[in-house]
Amino acid sequence: MLRLEGLDKTYATGDRALKAVDLEVSKGQVLALIGPSGAGKSTLIRCVNRLVEPTGGKAYLDDVELTTLSSAALRRERRRMGMIFQEYALVERLTVMENVLSGRLGYVGFWRSFLRRFPQSDVDEAYRLLDRVGLLHMADKRADELSGGQRQRVGICRALIQNPALLLVDEPTASLDPKTSREIMRLIVEMCRERGLAAIINIHDVALAQMFVERVVGLELGALVFDGTPDELTPDVLTRIYGEEDWEATIEKVDEDDNEASQ
Amino acid sequence: MTGPSVSELDTIIGNSWKKPAFIKRTWLRWGLLIGALIYLVLAINSVEVNWHRVWEGLDRGARFVAAFARPDFVTRWTDISAGMLESIIMTIASSVVGIAISIPIGLGAARNISPLPVYLVCRGIVAISRALQEIIVAILLVAIFGFGPLAGFLTLSFATIGFLSKLLAEDIEAMDKVQAEAIRASGARWWQWINYGVQPQVMPRLIGLSMYRLDINFRESAILGLVGAGGIGATLNTAFDRYEYDTAAAILIIIIVIVMGLEYLSGIIRARVQ
Repeated sequence: MLRLEGLDKTYATGDRALKAVDLEVSKGQVLALIGPSGAGKSTLIRCVNRLVEPTGGKAYLDDVELTTLSSAALRRERRRMGMIFQEYALVERLTVMENVLSGRLGYVGFWRSFLRRFPQSDVDEAYRLLDRVGLLHMADKRADELSGGQRQRVGICRALIQNPALLLVDEPTASLDPKTSREIMRLIVEMCRERGLAAIINIHDVALAQMFVERVVGLELGALVFDGTPDELTPDVLTRIYGEEDWEATIEKVDEDDNEASQ
Repeated sequence: MTGPSVSELDTIIGNSWKKPAFIKRTWLRWGLLIGALIYLVLAINSVEVNWHRVWEGLDRGARFVAAFARPDFVTRWTDISAGMLESIIMTIASSVVGIAISIPIGLGAARNISPLPVYLVCRGIVAISRALQEIIVAILLVAIFGFGPLAGFLTLSFATIGFLSKLLAEDIEAMDKVQAEAIRASGARWWQWINYGVQPQVMPRLIGLSMYRLDINFRESAILGLVGAGGIGATLNTAFDRYEYDTAAAILIIIIVIVMGLEYLSGIIRARVQ
């Protein structure tokens, strides 16, 4: 459903952030993208919805080639790609409801959105999503009154109300505590399963990635160096992605977590 | 690995620490400082003060200040109230028109949301508006439109554009990029993006600046009368020309009260929109 062919990005500064990345994500597949800071994880997902313009290669969403779209066609395709951000990226001075409904901006006209007169079906769906993440009572609070975990739930609602086929998730748990991190990851993965969404989740917490996803892709210096199941993440593989370090503890911890989760 | 770093540490331990100087070359640093002092002394000496004139003037100044103790609101009240009303109308009209024009120009003058040609045109407008001082614009406009509040209104509108567009553009340039990015990622149109991603971030500052500009426009309207552009300034000027310091004092007191009132109001409004 998403296919990247030789996707390349060289920034104006000359840094080559992506080196001919080939990647295929099938419908409903949740994929974790791991790699050290600066490996190009953020750049990769931003090149898919062209918040960052790729400088080479192609990206297909189903049969639509994304990299050459006109701005109007790009806006239409962006509606099918929900994005969840590091540090939530809610518009802080808008209410929770406005933030969720902003996910519908691609579907409603300017005046409707300007006057905050969204179609009833959108409003109902926003309430349903907020209820699903346990924040219905916060609907009219301002976004900056919420805690980190609550904000990220609102961010998830905003992405889902787009009715996307694909989620692009950028470090959803950075700056959240360990428990909230798991809750957020669990929520994202559950939502993807319920709705049959594919997702690319950038994450630097390897243990957390192993706990929740079926496929892990490793990026190092802009190139794919690993593609496999969570079980295949051996100390050797982690050394290849991140460099030399004692990885046994990381992996052992995962086993304990798994046991704990299955109890 | 720890070996060499320990020996590096050994060589500097016991040294005192000072913040690195902004200008590294010692002779340049002291040269600039001494040069600035010499300039200051020469500059002060070049100002000629006629102490005899100052002595006479002190008396006149004292009369001026004394007039504040017994301001005369009554004798020229019709002139004062007419001038004040004209000033208030000029202030409000020019602020509303100026702010309305400033917003699109401010959007255009923000480099992070506008294409380069639009940016250059808008920055050009801002630069022209800021380069031309109010009094100069007012003299020109009085020459074109004749004496009266129309020239004052146009002058203040023009000045508002330079002030507000520039500061609004700078606030937009300093906004949180990610919040705006999140709105763009949803497939929003440009105007929706501005309305949802940019406007909420800059609104408190825009309201604060608008209130401040209203305040400035009112004070400026008192000056513009001096060059014939209408408002309370004309009345004030006449009062000075006739040495009616008590009437002038009354006018100044009214201006001070109104400015304080605006300051109080803007405090309340800014606290509410934060």
